Amino acid sequence: MFDFLEGYDVLGAFWMTVKLTALSAVGSLIWGTLLAGMRVSPVPLMRGFGTAYVNIVRNIPLTVIILFSSLGLADIFGMTLGAHDFKVQGFRLAVLGLIAYTAAFVCEAIRSGINTVPMGQAEAARAIGLSFSQTLTLIVLPQAFRSVIGPLANVLIALTKNTTVAAAIGVAEAAYLMKTMIENEAQTLLIGAVFAFGFVVLTLPTGLILGWLSKRLAVKR
Amino acid sequence: MSSVLYDTPGPRAKRRNVVFSVVFFVLLALLVWWMWQKMDEKNQLTSALWKPFTESEAWTTYLLPGLANTLKAAALSMVIALPLGAVFGIARLSDHRWVRGLAGTVVEFFRSIPVLLLMLFANEFYARSTDVTSDDRPFYAVVTGLVLYNASVLAEVVRAGILSLPKGQTEAAYAIGLRKGQTMSSILLPQAVTAMLPAIVSQLVVIVKDTALGGVMIGFTELLNSRGTLAANYANVVPSFIVVAAMFIVLNFILTSFASWLERRLRRSKRSTGAVLGVDKVDDLNAAEVGGGFGSGASA
Repeated sequence: MFDFLEGYDVLGAFWMTVKLTALSAVGSLIWGTLLAGMRVSPVPLMRGFGTAYVNIVRNIPLTVIILFSSLGLADIFGMTLGAHDFKVQGFRLAVLGLIAYTAAFVCEAIRSGINTVPMGQAEAARAIGLSFSQTLTLIVLPQAFRSVIGPLANVLIALTKNTTVAAAIGVAEAAYLMKTMIENEAQTLLIGAVFAFGFVVLTLPTGLILGWLSKRLAVKR
Repeated sequence: MSSVLYDTPGPRAKRRNVVFSVVFFVLLALLVWWMWQKMDEKNQLTSALWKPFTESEAWTTYLLPGLANTLKAAALSMVIALPLGAVFGIARLSDHRWVRGLAGTVVEFFRSIPVLLLMLFANEFYARSTDVTSDDRPFYAVVTGLVLYNASVLAEVVRAGILSLPKGQTEAAYAIGLRKGQTMSSILLPQAVTAMLPAIVSQLVVIVKDTALGGVMIGFTELLNSRGTLAANYANVVPSFIVVAAMFIVLNFILTSFASWLERRLRRSKRSTGAVLGVDKVDDLNAAEVGGGFGSGASA
C-alpha cells in the first residue's frame, strides 16, 4: 500500500524541515531577544528601530521575504552567505528569511512577558543600584522568559509550519517533496496523509512538552 | 521620561544614551550605505527602473489586478471560513462527548498542518477529481487551503469568544426558560461575535499574507506573482519587491489598526459585557496550541 514511498527520501525531507526549524528557532530567539531589548531600551532611536522593524516585518508575507532573500539578497546584493553550492545557499537564505520574520513574533512575545513582571521587581532592582542592562538581564528577562514559554511554543510551532515556505526557493524540505510526489504518483490522498501525519508528529510533541514546561516553570505570583 | 526599567536619565545617563544613539545610528547608516552601494552596482537605482511605478501601465496591467485577486481570495476565504468556523467552534462546546471529540480532532488536525500543504493537495485534487478548468484551479486551491486552515483557527476564536462571556449570561437564559439551542443562537453567539470582531479582523491579515503562498507555489496570479511578471518585463527586481512589500504593509497595517481601534471601542462601550477578544489572541491561535489553553476563558 505504501510502495509509492519507494524512491523518495521522505525522512530526508522531514530532516530538512527539522534542520530549518532548529536553526531558525535559535537564530530568531537571539535576534528577537535583542529586538525586545531595543524596544524597551532608554535610547529612543533603538526603540524606534525596534518598533518599526516589528510593524514592518509582521505585515509582509513570509513568502515575500523568503523570495526576496533568494532573488534580491542573493542575486542583486550578492549575499551568498559563504555557500558555494546553490542548494546550500538556498538553505542558508531560507534560514535567514525565517529568522528575520520569526524574530518579530519572538520580540512581541518577550515584550509581553516583560510587561507581566511586576513593577516592584524592577523598582527593587533599581533601588539596590543595578543599571538598566543589569535590571534587564538579571531580574526582568529571567522572569519574563519563564512566563512566555507558552507563547514562544506557539511561535515555534508556527515556525515549524512556516518552514514549508522554503519550498518556494527550492529547498528540498517536506512541502517541496510533497509537491513533486503528488505530481508524479497516483495516490494523492495517501501522500497527503503521510505528510500531514509528519507535521502532526513534529508539532504535537512540541506543544505538549513546552505546554507542560510553561506550567511548571511559570513564576507563581 | 521614566519607565519600569529605567529612571528619568540624569546627566551621565543622558550622555551615555547619546553615545548609544550615535553608535546605533552609524551602524544603521553603514547598513543603508552598503545596500545603496550594492543596488547602485547592480543598476537597481536608476530612475528608469522606478519609472514604471509612476506610470499607470504597471499598475493597471500587473499590480492592481494582482491586488484584486489577493483581496478576492482573502475575502472569499473569510466569508466561507467564518460560518464553518462557527459551526466547529460551537460543536467543540457541545454537551455530547462524541460531537466534541470529532470537532476537536478535525480542528486540531487542520491547525497543525501547514497551509501550503493544504493548497498543494487541493490543487492536485481539483486537477484529478473535478472538472475545474486549469485557469480557475489555482484560485480554487488557494481558497480551499485558506478555508480549511482558517476555519479551524476561527473555530478556536469562536470557542474562546463564547467562553469569554460571563457565566451569568447562560444562567439568565436558562432561568427565563430558553433551551440550549436558543441560548446559543440568541444570547451567546451575538455577544460572542461582537467580542470576537477584533480577533476576526486581525485574522484577515494572516489570510492576506497566506494568499502569497498560492502565487509562488501553484501559480495563482495574486500580488506577489504579478510582481514576478512585472519584474521580468522591466528588470527591476529590487524596486518591484519594495513596492509590493509596501502594498502589503499598508494593506495589513490598515487592517491591524482597524482591529485595534475596534478592540478599544468595544472595551469602552457600556452596553457590552466587557468580554473582548483582543487582537493579540490571534497570534496564539494560529499555532496549533495542543492541549488547548482556553478553559479559563480568554478575555485578556
